[in-house]
This record gives sequence, C-alpha cells and structure tokens, in this order.
Amino acid sequence: MSSYLERGARGRIPAIFDAGSFEEFLGPSARVVSPHLAQLDVPVSFDDGVVVGRGLLGGQRVFGAAQEGGFMGGAVGEVHGAKLVGMLGRAIDEGAQAVLLLLESGGVRLHEANAGLIAVSEVMRAILDVRAAGIPVIAAVGGANGCFGGMGIAARCANTVIMSEEGRLAMSGPEVIETANGVEEFDSKDRALVWRTTGGKHRYLLGDCQVLVADDTGAFRAAAIAAIEALTGAARIGAAALTLDALQAEQAMLERRIRDFGALAEPMDIWRQLGVPDPAGVSMLEADDFVAMAAGHRAGPVTGDR
Amino acid sequence: METLHFRFDAGSRPLPGAPQLVGVVSSGNLEVLIEPAALGGACEIEVRTAANGFGATWEAVMRDFHARWQLSDARICINDMGATPAVVSLRLDQAVESVTGGPP
Repeated sequence: MSSYLERGARGRIPAIFDAGSFEEFLGPSARVVSPHLAQLDVPVSFDDGVVVGRGLLGGQRVFGAAQEGGFMGGAVGEVHGAKLVGMLGRAIDEGAQAVLLLLESGGVRLHEANAGLIAVSEVMRAILDVRAAGIPVIAAVGGANGCFGGMGIAARCANTVIMSEEGRLAMSGPEVIETANGVEEFDSKDRALVWRTTGGKHRYLLGDCQVLVADDTGAFRAAAIAAIEALTGAARIGAAALTLDALQAEQAMLERRIRDFGALAEPMDIWRQLGVPDPAGVSMLEADDFVAMAAGHRAGPVTGDR
Repeated sequence: METLHFRFDAGSRPLPGAPQLVGVVSSGNLEVLIEPAALGGACEIEVRTAANGFGATWEAVMRDFHARWQLSDARICINDMGATPAVVSLRLDQAVESVTGGPP
C-alpha cells in the first residue's frame, strides 16, 4: 500500500502514470505565476498549484493534471485554471485516448475573485468539450482537502469519478455551511458527520461516484485504467460524449433523490432507506468489503459511467 | 513580502540534470526550484518570503547550505510561507539531492 492521500500533486503523477512517461506542460521553471497574488502581497507558487501534461497510462496516451492541495487548498486561480483548460484543449488537438484529472481543491481561489470564477467555469466547459470530442474524462478524488465548490461540479462533469473513503466531494464545504446556516444545521467540527455527508462511501452509495477504492495509489491507477478501458472499447465508440438522454437521466436521479431523501437529515438514515443492512457499521468497512456490501443498494445509475 | 538575494562565488560542484521543484507553498513550508544556470561558477539564491525582517537568519541558513554543497552554476528560487530555518535547510538539501541523486 502506498497512500494516495499523503502524496502531493508531484508525488501522485509518477505513482499513477506509467513510470517515467509523464511530460509536464509549462512546468515550474517557466515561472508562470499568479499576477493577482503578487498584487495582494501573498506568496505565489511556481506552478500555481497544478501540474498539467501528458503521459502513458497502461500504455494508452492519456493527458492529465494534478492539483496541489497544499498550496491554498488547491484553489483555482486564473493561471491554474488556464493551465487546466490549455491541457484539455490540447488533449482534443492531439487526439488523446483519455484525460485523467487528479483533483484536490476547495474551488475558486477567492483572492482572484471574478478571474477565478471564470477560470473554473472555463474548466467545466473544457471538460465537456473533451467529452464531446469522444474522449473520456476520469476524475480522481482522494486528497486531504477533498474536492469542493466549482471543482466539485467540474468533477461531476467527468465520465467517471473515482474516490477513496477519505476523499470528499461536495459543493459547499463543511465550514461554509456552518458559517452560512449555523452550527445547528451542520457542525463542521464533527469529523464523522463531515465524512458521512461528503466522503467517498456516501458518494458511492448515492451514485455520485462510480468507483470506490482504498487509499492506495496502485488502486487509483488500476481503477483509472479500468475506467478508460470501459469507455474506449470497440463497442463504446461515442460513449464519452454527454448526451441529452444522459442529462435527463441525471435530472431524474436528482428528482428521485429529493423525493426519497429530502426529509432525511442524517446520512445513515439515507443508507438505511437504500437497504444497507447495518448503516452504523459502514464507516468501519474496508473498501473492498464496503463495495461488496453496497452492491444492490446504490441509488441512481449503477453502471460504471454516465 | 520580502525578497532577498544571495550569491556565492567559486563553487566547486556543478549541477547536472533538469530543473526540479520540491516542497509546497503552505503555512510553515516552502517550495524550492533548483536549476542549472551559467553564472560563472556562482550559486545564486532568490528568496521570496512572507515573513518580513528575517534577512540575517536567511543569510546564516544560506551560508550553511553553501558550505555543505559548494554548488556552482546553480540558480535556486524559493517561495516561502514562514518555514523555520530547519525546514528551509531540509528542503534545500532535498532539492539538491533530487538533482544529484544523493547526499554530498
């Protein structure tokens, strides 16, 4: 086992992609740093918190990115977003086999205000452009900072989301909810509650992530290779693109979610309603045992992609 | 923010290989970008730090670093977010070892 969570962006890339195959675009020595942070007298990072490039994954030509959660929580500024968008555009130009996004982000970098907001929306559009070109996009979420805000939405624009139990995926982060709506609404200090509502197991049961793996770089790598294979096989030509049917199915799933679970405040009650036999024991299950237990109890589309 | 410049002439150990980045710009931490550069045998270090007023401490840490490694034709750039001298020294050693492949 080699923890995915404990690695930074530059440690994850070589652990996930085929050894020595990754070629970085606009690396740190290019010194393309945030102009906004310098104006605010805040430290910059030489890669603006993201590694983008192309490499091989299981022998396939895969473009990819890794966000560095240690730098401003992986938040997306203008340069950070532009690097992601540029990589995604180049994946289309060069006919990549797939794109793999190793996401770890609190969302928009507030220091950069509108430029950051625009950057995140451009990332979402670029992900959908890649899919429209028939290239599958895989998102992996397993870092300590989770994947929140606009990048939470961006993750759900991917064909397949791979998570670990430790990974978190949501729109508003726990402290944002508590600040906005009060501690009675959500206690962000209650770590078990935070993971029950945003963690990988909850997302897997709700159908928001398609693959749940242990916190292990080898498991993330194998899951990414399998997800790409599932979306690029001869029978799956065109499967990567977002279709109207898929959007309507997604909308129906969200309507079912509100109808079935809208009155429930506790994730364990949702799991019970899904038929999970022992909701209180879910958090103690290892990834493989959990996935076996969850079979047949997941909400929404249960196929490996959308 | 404060920007500090250091230059140590007549190093004896040229830097091989490609540029490397180690560390991360987060609280109490720093990133170090190290790359070969034609500097007439010198090692130049640029520090951008969020903690103002620690120039003398930085100079002492950089002198120790140069005494350990004696780099020549090397450029080092640091983005710092309040790392302690011990962390700075460890990151600098890590940066050089990521290029040279081992300790001095």
